[in-house]
Amino acid sequence: MKKSLWCALALLISTRSVSPASAAMVSKRTVLDNGIVLLTSEQRALPMVTIELLIDAGSRNEPVNQAGLANLTSQLLTHGTQKRSATEISETLDFMGASLSTAAGEDVATVSMTILKKDLASGLELLADILTHSNFPQPEIDRQKQAVIASIRAREEDPGSVAEKAFAAALFPKSPYGRPVEGTQSSVKGLQQKALQEFFTRNYRPNRTIIAVVGDVAEQEIAQALSRDMKNWTKGTPAAKPTAPAEIGKAQNVEVNKDLTQANIVLGHNGVARGNPDYYAVQVMNYILGGGGFSSRAMDSIRNERGLAYSVYSYFSAEKSHGSFQFVMQTKNETAFEAIQIAKEEMRRMRERPVTDQELNDAKDYLIGSFPLRFDTNRKVAGFLAQVEYYELGLDYPDRYASLVRKVTGDDVLRVAKQYLHPEELITVIVANQKETGQKK
Amino acid sequence: MFMLSVTSHTVNAAQVQESVLENGLKVLLLEDHKSPAVTFQVWYRVGARNEKDGKSGLAHFLEHMMFKGTPSTGPEEYSRIIAKNGGRSNAFTSSDVTVYFATMSREKIGIELELEADRMANALLGEKYFEPEKKVIQEERRLRTDDNPASALGEVTSAIAYMIHPYRRPVVGWMEDIQHLVRQDLVDFYKLYYAPNNAFIVLVGDFSAEEMLPKIKAAFGKIPRGPEPPRVDIEEPEQRGERRLIYKKEAELPLVLSFYHAPNLKSPDSFALDLLTVVLAGGKSSRLYHDLVYQKRLVRGIDADYSGISVDPAGLSIYAQLLPGIEPATVEREIERGLEKVKAELISERELQKAKNQVEAAFVFAQDSIFGQAMKIGYYEAVGGWRQMDDYLPGIRKVTREDVRRVARLYLDPDRRTVGTLIPTKEKPQ
Repeated sequence: MKKSLWCALALLISTRSVSPASAAMVSKRTVLDNGIVLLTSEQRALPMVTIELLIDAGSRNEPVNQAGLANLTSQLLTHGTQKRSATEISETLDFMGASLSTAAGEDVATVSMTILKKDLASGLELLADILTHSNFPQPEIDRQKQAVIASIRAREEDPGSVAEKAFAAALFPKSPYGRPVEGTQSSVKGLQQKALQEFFTRNYRPNRTIIAVVGDVAEQEIAQALSRDMKNWTKGTPAAKPTAPAEIGKAQNVEVNKDLTQANIVLGHNGVARGNPDYYAVQVMNYILGGGGFSSRAMDSIRNERGLAYSVYSYFSAEKSHGSFQFVMQTKNETAFEAIQIAKEEMRRMRERPVTDQELNDAKDYLIGSFPLRFDTNRKVAGFLAQVEYYELGLDYPDRYASLVRKVTGDDVLRVAKQYLHPEELITVIVANQKETGQKK
Repeated sequence: MFMLSVTSHTVNAAQVQESVLENGLKVLLLEDHKSPAVTFQVWYRVGARNEKDGKSGLAHFLEHMMFKGTPSTGPEEYSRIIAKNGGRSNAFTSSDVTVYFATMSREKIGIELELEADRMANALLGEKYFEPEKKVIQEERRLRTDDNPASALGEVTSAIAYMIHPYRRPVVGWMEDIQHLVRQDLVDFYKLYYAPNNAFIVLVGDFSAEEMLPKIKAAFGKIPRGPEPPRVDIEEPEQRGERRLIYKKEAELPLVLSFYHAPNLKSPDSFALDLLTVVLAGGKSSRLYHDLVYQKRLVRGIDADYSGISVDPAGLSIYAQLLPGIEPATVEREIERGLEKVKAELISERELQKAKNQVEAAFVFAQDSIFGQAMKIGYYEAVGGWRQMDDYLPGIRKVTREDVRRVARLYLDPDRRTVGTLIPTKEKPQ
């Protein structure tokens, strides 16, 4: 029973958009003839290879009345090609002891494979097959629809997910960023084979794809293998740049009633995009507020001093076109409003008074010093390289990161707190037993 | 599900260097220069298993209070010091062990060493922080167990699968017990179990063993040996007949959990049991997954877990989350059919080879992480000695189809199982 779940969560969240530096990570960038951007890092210590693909095939590319189409397409990639059945695909992967998973987000779809070096050729051939010849058989569509609907139901019993979903819907109404990527039970039921095939054909294209390969293989070897196996994968329409949500939800309270012992609370509002020049100052500011685990003010005042929560943290999620700020905690129903008051107070304090030099330096020292830990495994390196390319940070990003953080000043922190924290204009989501929170009469 | 368990197998024990300090503290060092980081872990051979009735949650509570300072380090200062030095730290408690750890650069890891040595001997467990931390732990319990249908079902199933063995108690503790713990309980527990002779250190990563060992000796060598902690010798009586329970809670989908008593890795059967779970539910082509998820479309997912890495005999569990509209009885019947088949007929040569391939690949993949390697060494050391790691792959390779059938017959015995079912209730006023 880990002392803190939030810690894992916070780290996971921060690695999504920010990232690392290390001498151990020599990487190369190549653009293949068909437009694939290939990033490689040779790591010979273990006989394994990790491959991470980002494809511009997220839910922002699906028609509004086809919610869940990008996700279902992604789920079906491992469920049948012109020459392999779903069963053959899983049997092949399991026999090699390899893992191959697919997922869709709002912006991109991902395909991740980890495989032993000795099986790399077979793995690449399979990967190429699913990317070019997935054929979406009707019985597999029916199965995966049922699975997605069950997944939507299962998410409903996770109070944190319910709160997250309600927050996104309130913040980004009428935008793909406000809709669940999985779609709704009814929208998923309505998805048709033809739409899946069209979505696949249009969006799964090499010139919309980033491939990061890390492990026991040379750059040239992998470039040749990919050029050979994916030679029939031809360019399509280039991806349009993501556009920021046109409408930002106003401050509001969203209450969801469930038979729970705890109130799951999300407070937040609009944030910053990844390319915003204030991004690093915002990260430092948020570290002090609620991103810094046991070093954060939120943890101090809500957990340590008052014992109100086990998990409390805040984060700025920065995407390509937009971003959001969230302050997340769980406390017993009865203390929900007390905890919210303190959270708001901490946000106000960030805006009203400068942080101390020690807070500032500790935050920067952590962000810089822990940077290499963000890619201390091959899998993390692969994810990192793909993100660096997607967010256009440049392969020298690891070398630049420290100076980007180092130059943030106390004045910057105060300025971005005033500019990007809005404690009086929060979207407040409370998933709880509302009778016990005392607000519902 | 019942305890923290490790699912994949790593590390070549031949490269581990063992030393034992005069005060009894064992030190296990493994150099791995893949990435510029070091993981340092202190393992105490104490967990929920060592608690007394009415005092459940004590080991875990103590773990939380270990962050409340020593005469030279203020409350929560430990975490701050590690963080500002670019490290990540945390701790966890299981039934068998309590573990504190940090991952940092090789230049900074000395800081962690000093801090861990300090709190091994000098933790204050301050009275002032006791009541607020109790509330934090109660919130942790609400978050992880009370409002989480799968955890809640696991907790009550363990409580029924064991009658007297301490594995029946939740590591976090029953809410009622947590409420009644007092600070003196923690102080006594700390004095009894937190001593160098009841602990060991694991270090994995980018360091030189030659340089590191003297530093560890300097930091920990001065801590006096403690009393020999009492042994826990509780043997669970043989189960004679199936036990069943139903747990009702607001949820969307029913769950079915079957727990079968099984030996730990001290038994040679543990290799075949590992492969049995892979054959049953390792990957989409496994028997139960293919049958219940893919063909019959009864469940959302199905898992088979065998936790051989436990100090006392643990178990093999099979866990399924049902698709909407499916009856638990139907799923139980289909799982049973699958188990009967593996008991009646030999699995194919290919199935056996596939399971072995999966285990061997997972073994390699797990070495990608220095933290994962340290965990592996620690768990083996806690259970039967780290050298047993080297027996693992040869043991797996030797397993025959007959072995798999034999352990299936022996351990998948309906008379020695406990079946827990979560029945969702709907009371949504909105």
